[in-house]
Amino acid sequence: MKRAGNGSRPGPHPLAKAPTGIAGLDEITNGGLPRGRPTLVCGGAGCGKTLLALEFLVRGALEYGEPGVFMSFEETADELVENAQSLGFDLRRLSARRRLLVDHVHLERNELTETGEYDLEGLLIRLGHAIDTIGAKRVVLDTIERLFSGLSNAFVLRAELDRLFRWLKTKRVTAIVTGERAGEHLTRHGLEEFVSDCVILLDQRVTEQSATRRLRILKYRGSGHGGNEMPFLIGDHGLSVLPITSLGLAHQASTAHVSTGVTGLDGMFAKKGYFRGNSVLVSGTAGTGKSSLAAHFAETACRRGDRCLYFAFEESPSQITRNMRSIGVDLEPWTRRDLLRIHARRPTALGLEAHLVAIHRLIDDWQPRVVIVDPVTNLIAVGSEIEVKAMLARLIDFMKLRQITALFTSLTEGGGAAERTDLGVSSLMDVWMLLGNREANGERNRTIQIVKARGMAHSNQVREFVMTDRGISLVDVSRRADGSVSIGSARGAQQQQERARDPKPRRKGRAK
Amino acid sequence: MKNGARRTWRLRLYVAGQTPKSIAALANLKRLCDMHLAGRYRIEVIDLVNQPHLARRDDIVVLPTLVRQLPSPIRKIIGDLSNVERVLIGLDVRPRDDEE
Repeated sequence: MKRAGNGSRPGPHPLAKAPTGIAGLDEITNGGLPRGRPTLVCGGAGCGKTLLALEFLVRGALEYGEPGVFMSFEETADELVENAQSLGFDLRRLSARRRLLVDHVHLERNELTETGEYDLEGLLIRLGHAIDTIGAKRVVLDTIERLFSGLSNAFVLRAELDRLFRWLKTKRVTAIVTGERAGEHLTRHGLEEFVSDCVILLDQRVTEQSATRRLRILKYRGSGHGGNEMPFLIGDHGLSVLPITSLGLAHQASTAHVSTGVTGLDGMFAKKGYFRGNSVLVSGTAGTGKSSLAAHFAETACRRGDRCLYFAFEESPSQITRNMRSIGVDLEPWTRRDLLRIHARRPTALGLEAHLVAIHRLIDDWQPRVVIVDPVTNLIAVGSEIEVKAMLARLIDFMKLRQITALFTSLTEGGGAAERTDLGVSSLMDVWMLLGNREANGERNRTIQIVKARGMAHSNQVREFVMTDRGISLVDVSRRADGSVSIGSARGAQQQQERARDPKPRRKGRAK
Repeated sequence: MKNGARRTWRLRLYVAGQTPKSIAALANLKRLCDMHLAGRYRIEVIDLVNQPHLARRDDIVVLPTLVRQLPSPIRKIIGDLSNVERVLIGLDVRPRDDEE
């Protein structure tokens, strides 16, 4: 066993990274943890430190051919095996194949008698032997701070930990060192002093009845990182950090298209509908037909055989089904055939992250091809502007990656501000449609226009539509002599005039 | 014959090479045993540099570590054994053992 001696040599490459294999974490760290160096993962009790560290080793062994040593100062090997099972990892099998070595260090102050000077050379020899035995490239120390409760000489311990971390670098292992958060301090005994390359903070907040876990990269020397807090889940297959974002727009843009569910509306898009994987925003004031449009989209998806997940933040499933039946859209058969699932929740029942976590989870579990969020504005009500936009961006990326076509409705305030959509969420969307009510000549007429449709030619007209007992139907356009589009009775009168002049009905101005 | 007269001490001292602490620990231990447990002890020195696998098997973290295997129960005494009083407590040497 060689000691660290005169300091440590730097890792193989200053920015080389070791992928964790943990969903989302490698994205926000631009590739993983600093290779050949220790990373500190800290947080309160039960925040998920141990599971994160375990997954780092298991994925390293299974996916990256890097065996790992788990040195546990708390849980016994059996307890770890059990915990890992909850994530679907078989530690016993990995150990048998020499891809993993679990070593439980037991140190109790009342079982020790201190009689003079000592050091941690035994620990270094033990860890070094474990690393050499299986050719480990990854190491976890969980949590080494336990030594402080086992040994009384904190001064010696600190000097020895410093030596240990220097030595770890010379062994060129990528390590996770966990530490328990204590009040204002990141770790009870200031481990952050020794581990300065990368610090990840986990926490768990309980709001109302649901707990939300969050992860934040506090520090990452020499590497860009998102400083935001990211929600994360501990699921059946390990952790997932929710940005799953920063795809760097790498997702495959589909050229396949899907119908809007409204015949005339399909015609307003050059491709006869949306692109698969598009995110669509439908905004409008109250009662302009947003939910009806969403229901059409859901119905047509189910008719195609696509699973549709409908998040309703305003109405109950039975209310939606009843209302839509009144305009000729029968959702019930699709619910019965389990092609449509309606999840109704009061937005205020949960915090924003909790909602997003729930949405992610449901999508992951059921793998729908179409998702409807009605209305997304109710989510906005429970978070701050920046938060909401960031979260929504993540959700959209998450769905794009899975080629899910998503439709969001957005309730706008009346009074001229219709196009000032809430928080500029429209910039995240591929397609944006605006629904309106025009009041003129003593009548109110429904209008629809496409504000934008990325990568697709589309009609620039404001079209009139009616809601019949057979659903939404777009009405043919009529232009006045000055080129403006007439709607309602004015349109009717004009069309009559035109017919009187020209016996063949005109289809002028039909959308491209 | 006094109670405990037949007690024997089986001791294992873990060190790593010939460091000042290792040397001090072994010297302290021998002196103490000769003084208090003459003829009733056995010391085995384990150098983890040569047998690193024993660190895990015997759950060693700190060096030097003296493990009292007998009399039971097993007890761990750490440090260079310079604090005689504490070592005696750790070894469970009672006054009557001393008189023997």
